[in-house]
Amino acid sequence: MYPIVHTSVLAPTITKFVIKAPFVAKKRLPGNFVIVRVEENGERIPLTIVDSDNAHGTITLIVQAIGKTTRLMATKHAGDALVDVAGPLGNPTPILEGKTVACVGGGVGTAELYPITKALQAAGNTVHTVIGARSKDLVILENEMTDCSNHIVVTTDDGSYGRKGFVTDALKEIIESSPEITAVYAIGPLPMMKAVSNLTKNYSKKTYVSLNAVMVDGTGMCGGCRVTVDGKMKFACVDGPEFDGHRVDFDELIMRNRTYVAAEKISMNQYERECACKAKEVAA
Amino acid sequence: MSAINPLKPSERMKIPRQASIEQEAVVRAHNFEEVSWGLDEARALLESTRCLECKDPVCIPGCPVNVDIRSFLQLVMQKDYVGAVNKIRETNYLPAICGRVCPQEEQCEAVCTMGKKHPSIAIGKLERFVADYEIQHDLFVAPVVTEHRDEKVAIVGAGPSGLTCAAELAKMGYKVTIFEALHAAGGVLRYGIPEFRLPRKILDVEVNRIKALGVEIYTNFLVGRTATIDELFGEWGFSAIFLGTGAGTPTFMGIPGESLSGVYSANEFLTRVNLMKAYRFPEYDTPVHVGNEVAVIGGGNTAMDAVRTAKRLGADKAYLIYRRSRDEMPARLEEIHHAEEEGIEFHLLTNPTRIVGDANNWVCGIECLRMELGEPDESGRRKPIPVKGSEFVLPVQAVVEAVGQSPNPIVQSTTPGLNTGKKGIVVVDDVQMTSRPGVFAGGDLARGGATVILAMRDGKIAADAIHKYLEQKRTGGNGQAATA
Repeated sequence: MYPIVHTSVLAPTITKFVIKAPFVAKKRLPGNFVIVRVEENGERIPLTIVDSDNAHGTITLIVQAIGKTTRLMATKHAGDALVDVAGPLGNPTPILEGKTVACVGGGVGTAELYPITKALQAAGNTVHTVIGARSKDLVILENEMTDCSNHIVVTTDDGSYGRKGFVTDALKEIIESSPEITAVYAIGPLPMMKAVSNLTKNYSKKTYVSLNAVMVDGTGMCGGCRVTVDGKMKFACVDGPEFDGHRVDFDELIMRNRTYVAAEKISMNQYERECACKAKEVAA
Repeated sequence: MSAINPLKPSERMKIPRQASIEQEAVVRAHNFEEVSWGLDEARALLESTRCLECKDPVCIPGCPVNVDIRSFLQLVMQKDYVGAVNKIRETNYLPAICGRVCPQEEQCEAVCTMGKKHPSIAIGKLERFVADYEIQHDLFVAPVVTEHRDEKVAIVGAGPSGLTCAAELAKMGYKVTIFEALHAAGGVLRYGIPEFRLPRKILDVEVNRIKALGVEIYTNFLVGRTATIDELFGEWGFSAIFLGTGAGTPTFMGIPGESLSGVYSANEFLTRVNLMKAYRFPEYDTPVHVGNEVAVIGGGNTAMDAVRTAKRLGADKAYLIYRRSRDEMPARLEEIHHAEEEGIEFHLLTNPTRIVGDANNWVCGIECLRMELGEPDESGRRKPIPVKGSEFVLPVQAVVEAVGQSPNPIVQSTTPGLNTGKKGIVVVDDVQMTSRPGVFAGGDLARGGATVILAMRDGKIAADAIHKYLEQKRTGGNGQAATA
């Protein structure tokens, strides 16, 4: 069991967890992820490690409650425990040194981008950051990202905070005003990473994207997370999770990630019924 | 040991080979309960008395781990079932598993003297009977470990080779720790072999018996990532390491359409069902998709497991597509029979060329070519040759590819000096030592794809070699002589 030592709500549906997992904390590098199982009958889901504290043997995960498993996880608090945390998995992010780079985070992807941004700054890079969210209440880690960036722009789709518009609009301006940028690190929803990659291709800027494919084991065993990169089959868990965004077949991955939409609905409906029953029991 | 069978050889030959009691095919094709219930006591006793008690029992060298078959059969004759299972356990620590999944018909039973003129003794079924008897009556007593040694040995992977190696070393008194990447021990016995061939409660019992020897198991620990081999030797303080990480990387055929939703590697399909219990979705959270018609590609045991699983998940039609003929299938005959009985439709001499998708990117068919057999190839099997213009499309909503696996590369790529050969298979000497002193390997990692029992054999050989290696190190040698 992996005890939860702290939780805090960062935004509606987005929760930060600090979890005791000393072996993972010790070895974790920016870009690594863990496979988590919340409860005994649960599925295995990949979650990027946001931070770690080797002295206390803890890792930090930031999770948006969107499916049954993440909603169940959001009900857990300090004192509860997760049944399984395996990792650190995946290849660490290649961290450039002494260059100018751009970091682009969309939605909860900002949490996954945070450790990379921090490492890039520590490696002496000049870091331009863009973080975007649908609206003001969903903007997360603004202070943390500001601390490890030389320059930061916050965008919201609805204009309720920062600049109105998409992250690509802000990124375009940054690239044009700072042509010395050598690489772009983008993490967020697939359509956003696709849009970023399409944009940076025009400027020939090397672009790293982190692919959130459906995984079971996370160790290269099932092949469920296969993605097409440069026309070749790659496994996101062991060959990635980061790939050259200019070579990723995003449309294929977007389709593949819809495979279990119907099953997820069944899971969610059952979970909601169970929650409703429990609520009734408590009321009675 | 002298002969104890009261029957004359001629009388023994008149007794028919006793058959297992099995669930009816039409019933079992829709559930995940075990196919075979094994022999009952009366049948087991009768079967044991068929043994000719050969002076030179050829069955024993026929067993990859040299179980003293003659002695265990004699103990069965004397109704000493616990004595019998303990006799097996002297050389094979997983009898309830081997009694179920070993290909006895190619090993001990293939060379059985009775088998020359009559059906051979049902050695595997008797092994299973005594192992199950002990479990049902809760009669297991862990072997007493008399000697205790200071050295710590790490086992990487809790599959058949690792579990066996761990058990043997623990019996010798070593401190043994198994590191397993998944959340449960068993390796292919857990994620690959289905419940209907190996119930998980049997696997759990066998794993617990290894823990009863003092073996510690760390799950969720991926060696190569959570700690490297060098770290296990260094800060973790292990003196020797056995690698049994299996052949976990799935092979895909490389035909168009493999990225469609509803296409699985056999590993993924079976892992979802066996490890994650997708057959009980939504009680368990992991889903799996089969649809009404499903095609499984391949002719090995994994393909049989996958296609029979697909049928049990509710597919009306479960097809097995294999490019050669039935005679060339690498699967166990028993598994092929079981599949046929359960209504699996075999498309033999058929090779898939393309997976067809619908507008939503879901599988809706598989295009195949008919094949005919030509001259034997390097494997000795007749080579399939495509028949021109024979393309046809089979409507299916799911495709499972069971066309082979290769070793998982994580340990190899993070361990300097560990030599690998073709397909990343780890190179070992005749006592399973790798190019790294103190690092041994066995099972599919060193073989590329074999059986549970051969993996166990490797684990046993490695355990003995590790013992020799550590003894030599203790007495001042460098351990190299262990490989001589």
